[in-house]
Amino acid sequence: MPAEPRALKTPAEQALSAAFAAARGSLPGEGAVGKLREVAFERFDAAGLPHRRVEEWKYTDLRALMREARPLAGPAGAKPQGNIAPILSGIETDRIAIVNGRYEPTWSDAKVSDPGVTVAELFEFVADNPDYRLGQVPGTDDPAYWLNTAFMSGGVALRIRRGGSVAKPVHIAHVFSGDAAAAMYPRSVVVVEPGAQLTLIESFSGAEGVDYQVNSALELVIGDGARVDHIKVGCDGGAALRVSTLGVTVGAKAAYKDFAFTLGGAVVRNQTFVRFAGEGSEGAIDGASLLKGRQHVDNTLVIDHAVGHCTSRERFKSVLDGESHGIFQGKIIVEPHAQKTDGKMMTRALLLSDEAEADNKPELEIFADDVVCGHGATAGALDPGLKFYLMSRGIPAAEAEALLIQAFIGEVVEEIAHEGIREALMFAALKWLGSRS
Amino acid sequence: MSLLEIKNLHVEVGGKQILKGLTLTVEKGQVAAIMGPNGSGKSTLAYVLAGKPGYEVAEGEVLLNGESILDMAPDERAAKGVFLAFQYPVEVPGVATMTFLRTALNAQRKHRGEAELSTPEFLKLVRETSKHLHIDQEMLRRAVNVGFSGGEKKRNEILQMAVLQPRLAVLDETDSGLDIDALKVVADGVNRLRSPERSMIVITHYQRLLNYIVPDVVHVMARGKVVKSGGKELALELEASGYAQFTDEAA
Repeated sequence: MPAEPRALKTPAEQALSAAFAAARGSLPGEGAVGKLREVAFERFDAAGLPHRRVEEWKYTDLRALMREARPLAGPAGAKPQGNIAPILSGIETDRIAIVNGRYEPTWSDAKVSDPGVTVAELFEFVADNPDYRLGQVPGTDDPAYWLNTAFMSGGVALRIRRGGSVAKPVHIAHVFSGDAAAAMYPRSVVVVEPGAQLTLIESFSGAEGVDYQVNSALELVIGDGARVDHIKVGCDGGAALRVSTLGVTVGAKAAYKDFAFTLGGAVVRNQTFVRFAGEGSEGAIDGASLLKGRQHVDNTLVIDHAVGHCTSRERFKSVLDGESHGIFQGKIIVEPHAQKTDGKMMTRALLLSDEAEADNKPELEIFADDVVCGHGATAGALDPGLKFYLMSRGIPAAEAEALLIQAFIGEVVEEIAHEGIREALMFAALKWLGSRS
Repeated sequence: MSLLEIKNLHVEVGGKQILKGLTLTVEKGQVAAIMGPNGSGKSTLAYVLAGKPGYEVAEGEVLLNGESILDMAPDERAAKGVFLAFQYPVEVPGVATMTFLRTALNAQRKHRGEAELSTPEFLKLVRETSKHLHIDQEMLRRAVNVGFSGGEKKRNEILQMAVLQPRLAVLDETDSGLDIDALKVVADGVNRLRSPERSMIVITHYQRLLNYIVPDVVHVMARGKVVKSGGKELALELEASGYAQFTDEAA
């Protein structure tokens, strides 16, 4: 990140400094955690909020978009308010609730149903597992990640033991509860040991109309031969600002699928950093966003092929209505010696109004010579030829559009292996379409 | 009353005049062939009947059962019984053929104030018609026309026509790109749909198709008008003499 002298801090940056100074003594975590916070905040403080001249944040100028820094959210209390992602309510899961950035056992299922799975509060896990060091996944050289590290308030650590599997999806539900705007900084860790299997849902939700802020981070460590499906569902309240950092390390011969579905929030950035650290693995990192009004949603990916013989596929689709702004940045890095890498990236934006904006920035950085890599990006309106074809068969204009949009999104949602989740997301998309006119 | 009356139709596409005073009448139950050289306006006529955006009617009338259809949206025209079998059927990724057929049929029925077809009734209808057209169930589950061969796309058009049961079917160069076996299957599918209640306009450049779909009348189009009409033997005459006699008149 280019350092540049700055004369003035924005009010939000000043508030963050003040908040850190006030809270540093009372934030949770023992020993090394305190040091991590100090270092992270120093780095953040030197750089400030990322802005449009920081290439990685070019389209999401957080300095402009985050005018104020909300006070740290307190515990939710006995009766938390706010709903856990309603669009997932029909799916049977083992639920782990993270309310206002803290693991909330009273809102969670008593225990994850399978043996070989351990669930612990984040800082208890860190204290009990000195071999696990926070921040060893990719994506840690980023101002939003530093901010999360400085303020992390809690979260969950989930470990799937070697060869184990969980029958039901595990659902980490982040909820903001409260009437007054506040900020939450959840950090969670998921370790899937060699040969283990997990379907992990992560959801974000909170009160409609409250301009709360979320800065979340998830560390996902996938062992050799493990299979992980991670589905992130963003249905934040319409005034929320959320930045989620996901750092993933993929071992050898593993299968990793990721899907980021975004409907809610005023400003959302999903930043996903994946490193292939073992040969023979496959990754599919997909996503779909349905945006309207003045929503701003940024999906940023960095896929690092550190070793050879891995396959990665990225497919992102967005439907943009109103004055919404959809951003996709995808970078595939093929390191020297990462031969036989097969990496392909595709992004498509469907613009439903003249005022909507799509920015696609695909990048390839290839340092090996025996690889197959490619990317494609399109942005455009609904094809009038398709619409006419449907209408000529008797389908009214609005229904024809809905069918085409549904098909557009469906093509990527179909990639989700879990049928119930797939159906829930398509149903949410249909509901979104129904609310358009 | 004639099923379709086109009177003095002038149509522009992108500022260019294509139809220049076309007059044509199609009777109920009649199969009318429209032949003509490239650029005579045959496909424009097909699109204008279906209501494709961008086809501007500058003058003239189109009456279906005495009712003007020119101000109707394409879906309203479809509900009134107009069907266009496209020369180049469009691929619709992500929409299964079955879903498409069902959505279209039910939308038309709803528009006409009829009840939706029950699932068993619908499945029976599709199964029977697809069998005659050599369309297997696997194809019906695939997205509309995606990955279909040229012949499969044309058969899919006729399947849609059979399911939607239009009063006026316009077949735009349905023979283009088909080998003789595929042509026979398609023609057989069309002939099965001939009925005193259904009229058809069969647009073709070549006489070949008319050996299989035998028309009641043949109209020749050139320079945006109907320039000659006659019985089915007119098609054979044209095959022998070519279109030059009509295009030369323009000079």
